[in-house]
Amino acid sequence: MLTQIANRLLISIPVLFGVLLLGFGLLILVPGDPAIVMAGPTATPDVVEAIRQEMGLDRPVLVQFFSYLGRVLQGDLGRSLISNKTVVSELLAAIGPTAELMVACLVWSVPLGIALGTLAAVYRGSLIDRAVMAVSVAGVSLPIFFICLMMIHFVGVQWRLLPFIGRGGPLWTVEGLRHIALPALSLGAIFIGPVARMTRSSVLEVLKLDHVRTARAKGLSETRVILKHGLRNALIPVVTLIGLQAGYLVGGAVVTESIFSYPGIGRLAVGAILSSDFPLAQGAILILALGFILINMVVDILYALLDPRVQA
Amino acid sequence: MDHAPLLEVEDLAVEFRIGGTVQRAVQGVSLSLHSGKTLGVVGESGCGKSVTSLSIMRLVPQPPGHYAGGAIRFKGRDLLKLSETEMRKLRGGEIGMIFQEPMTSLNPVYTCGAQIEESLSVHSGLSRKAARDRAVEMLDLVGLPSPRSRADDYPHQLSGGQRQRVMIALALANDPALLIADEPTTALDVTIQAQILDLMGELRERTGAAVMLVTHDLGVVAQTCDDVVVMYAGRVVERASTAALFSDPQHPYTVGLMAAVPRIGSAAGRLATIPGTVPPPWAKIGGCRFASRCPLATDHCRAEDPPLAELAPGHTVACWRAPIEAAA
Repeated sequence: MLTQIANRLLISIPVLFGVLLLGFGLLILVPGDPAIVMAGPTATPDVVEAIRQEMGLDRPVLVQFFSYLGRVLQGDLGRSLISNKTVVSELLAAIGPTAELMVACLVWSVPLGIALGTLAAVYRGSLIDRAVMAVSVAGVSLPIFFICLMMIHFVGVQWRLLPFIGRGGPLWTVEGLRHIALPALSLGAIFIGPVARMTRSSVLEVLKLDHVRTARAKGLSETRVILKHGLRNALIPVVTLIGLQAGYLVGGAVVTESIFSYPGIGRLAVGAILSSDFPLAQGAILILALGFILINMVVDILYALLDPRVQA
Repeated sequence: MDHAPLLEVEDLAVEFRIGGTVQRAVQGVSLSLHSGKTLGVVGESGCGKSVTSLSIMRLVPQPPGHYAGGAIRFKGRDLLKLSETEMRKLRGGEIGMIFQEPMTSLNPVYTCGAQIEESLSVHSGLSRKAARDRAVEMLDLVGLPSPRSRADDYPHQLSGGQRQRVMIALALANDPALLIADEPTTALDVTIQAQILDLMGELRERTGAAVMLVTHDLGVVAQTCDDVVVMYAGRVVERASTAALFSDPQHPYTVGLMAAVPRIGSAAGRLATIPGTVPPPWAKIGGCRFASRCPLATDHCRAEDPPLAELAPGHTVACWRAPIEAAA
């Protein structure tokens, strides 16, 4: 297990290098001159030029990249051009809320998706099955921004049930929970569909296998056969799917946070990109990529825990 | 020893309803088995032997399966009339079952020990510790070396023969009165096959359980069984003691099966086969179901289905031409 985690970490190094290169390259390519942003709209060309030199933006791109890389390795992500706070402090302030959002999203959508998928598989062809599949098709095909807007429109504005702007505090406070509810419901909605579908097909597949017949021949109750010998084995591909979907989750978080004005990494990234605050944008992209790598690492560990054949 | 059979299948019929058609996989199957005896059920693929053995466990998937008639009496109780809960107590408890595919019949995500313990805790209500000890004891009994550490192994860490030993340990864990073995050695190579058969024979003697051995291999039957039932296309065509069946086979199908067994020493010529194939369950056949492949068939055979008739005490056959001469 430990060697597996170590291997995984080693593999992440080139991935992170690629992320840094892309993040750096994208911000060179997009329109907007950071020196102008920093100097402000009224600055004279001389001032802009002076700032450009001070920031090293006049040097060749490769030199800029490697000096950036050197600073990142020392934990220095620079300062935000807008707020002048260090990027690290900005990211640290936003990472907690985003982590909370991810947890609040996964904690209801994954179990519900698995439960719905299992029900659909067990009652295959019934009304339950069709209803679950209809819900999951809707979940897969509705764009996340649309779900967010519908949530705001109905739950937030018309029925006035829940707040829909900002964050109310940490997850363990009532206000925190009330505020995170709508973003977490919206983000989780796109997750249920794929999880339910994968669980359904995987459970159907597993229930046909010989070892399930053995479990029945042991005299186990049908519930126990389905949960212990069907679902347990069926979870292996579901966990893989969750890892693959992590990208959507991160992308969905960017949209969800922006729409709900939720102060997380996603909104930070969008704001930074729109205002050409390139050190902050690079930092945010780096953190999102790290999050993606982390989720996949957790998935790999879960995978090994679920399937003893993986460890060899 | 009492004379009521432990297991008595009478006139069993099993149908499968698939896409609006009804297919009879098994019809009019009767057999009986006494404690301490081994009964062989022989036939080609698709003859209904697996459906018959699954029916005794009531494990034929329903739907599409459906018990269309007959009775399966185990210790005097008709299993087809029991509730699902009562049936569950028998499965893995008083009736153990071993399947054909040792490679896939164990759950890959639990250790071998845990899978045996599960069956023990469900049926005997043993504590974890006691179930553990009993599981290790069973693994030792079926001849796995260092059983205590094998109990912590996952199925993929064992070979096919070892897994089949685990399956046998699992099936026998709760001291069943009846062990059903559905082609237990078919997937194993010949030397392992012999070991597993010896093991089953040894355990039968030690526990006094009755064994129903489903196989297509007449060699296995000759080696292990007291009585034999020959099935063809969902029906019993011949029933006899093993000695009588091998010395004096009466159904042309049995004769054909025996001729198709390869023998060491008879190097010359091709292996004998029975021409044609088993009619599918949906085929409508008025007469004897073997008539189309039978060298002795007459118009009478093609017109009317022969009933099972007793030729000699304990030897019944379903054939209009019986008794046939040994030269046939």
